Amino acid sequence: MLNLNNVGKTYTDQNQGRFEVFSGIDLTIEENQFVSILGPSGCGKSTLLSMVAGLESVSEGAISLEGNDINQPGPDRGMVFQEPSLFPWLNVQENVLYPIKKRLPKKEAEERVNHFLKMVHLSKFKNHYTYELSGGMQQRVAIARALAMDPKVLLMDEPFGALDEQTRHIMHDELTKIWHETKKTILFVTHSIQEAIKLSDRVVVMGTRPGRIIADFDINVSRPRRRDDAKVIELENQVMDLLKDEINKVLKEELDHEASH
Amino acid sequence: MKLAIKRILFLVVVIGIWQAIYLLNIFPAVVLPGPFIVFQSLYSGFLDGSLLVALGASFKHLLIGMSLALIIGTILGVLLGKSRQADETAGMYLIALQSIPSIVWVPLSLMLFGFTEFAVIFVVVLGGTFVMALNVRSAIHNVPPQLVRAARTMGTKGTELFFRVEIPASIPYYMTGVRLAWAFSWRALMAGELLSNGPGLGYSLQFASDFAKMEQVIGIIIIIGVIGAVVDQLVFSKLEKNVLKRWGLLKS
Repeated sequence: MLNLNNVGKTYTDQNQGRFEVFSGIDLTIEENQFVSILGPSGCGKSTLLSMVAGLESVSEGAISLEGNDINQPGPDRGMVFQEPSLFPWLNVQENVLYPIKKRLPKKEAEERVNHFLKMVHLSKFKNHYTYELSGGMQQRVAIARALAMDPKVLLMDEPFGALDEQTRHIMHDELTKIWHETKKTILFVTHSIQEAIKLSDRVVVMGTRPGRIIADFDINVSRPRRRDDAKVIELENQVMDLLKDEINKVLKEELDHEASH
Repeated sequence: MKLAIKRILFLVVVIGIWQAIYLLNIFPAVVLPGPFIVFQSLYSGFLDGSLLVALGASFKHLLIGMSLALIIGTILGVLLGKSRQADETAGMYLIALQSIPSIVWVPLSLMLFGFTEFAVIFVVVLGGTFVMALNVRSAIHNVPPQLVRAARTMGTKGTELFFRVEIPASIPYYMTGVRLAWAFSWRALMAGELLSNGPGLGYSLQFASDFAKMEQVIGIIIIIGVIGAVVDQLVFSKLEKNVLKRWGLLKS
């Protein structure tokens, strides 16, 4: 169980003073749940994910995974970024091996690498280097690499944001399958309403200025989900209305700022 | 293949113009010998071994000097790249030192070490070290932060982060540093040898000039140019390109 208790993030800047990204985030995520965090840019959703990963410090409140407070990165949380962030000096196989190379006996590590490469359908490409792979393939390697650590939670920061539409749909199906197979808890950050509703058990909607949670939807639609399912469309419209106000708020602020200069 | 033919044709034209200038007697033949006399002198120089001895000595100076430059340059570069304190204090002076032409160091080196081969090596070391250090510093500053973040989520930190991520990630810039260090060292070597007591290619050049053997002077100039270009193209540029390709920094 992943627990966020009254979590806040504040940056202190020498010139502009304190800047609060968000505050008072309360969230409990059950094991094996697929949860999306959805919000307009600037709401701090990626920052929140980085805090769960332990890459960013927690300014207020506490984050805990199965009762252990999080204050640094750990092998219990695997992360997939928008950029595949693979190591170009290693081939596919070596990239997936990277996180477990020093922690597992050689044979066991290699078996695990093969297992996850098979899961993302890249067994044939295990000796290729990253520059030889397409964006979608690179992101699959990144997913296999994160899974190889056998984390309790898989954190995904807009992992398909840089892919083309078609590849993205394929990746959605792949991820759903991987999630069923591995039974991981997934925390998925996105700004795409369709993506969030298509993939998740639960969609947490964040607002901006100040960043906060404005809604928490359970998506009770059976999988595989069709884009033209009436229930899906209804949910999408519901979230869209919620976000419209938030996006307008940001736009208005920017226009006012423009006008006053 | 077509490119090679174009390049050869171009060379033939240049040599033709040279021969024409020689035949027209624009400069006295003692000052500007024709191409065939020069090639003949090169041929006999290789035949009697004098040029080979000079080349061997030059490569010895270069090998020792450049190895030292790479080692010292790497250490300095890592220091400046990792320590903000060191960079703020000494970084600026490194750029100043790097902008000093190698020949400027020669009188100092000769005073310090006399007319020895080590004086030449010292100039080579100075020629290569600073450019190497600057490139290693950039190499470390240019490690993609995203790769460091990804490595941290996989539990890598401290010295392990340095050796498993930062060093391999900086290899492309490092290779650029090695190639530039070669170019600078090669120039420094010639500057040092010109004023030395030999042996070496630069010394042979000065010697030939002192005895007004212009065909040897021009011949040695050609050798220096050819070696500089060949080593750059066949060794360092190739190495750098391969690394850039693998690291995904070159559109193939």
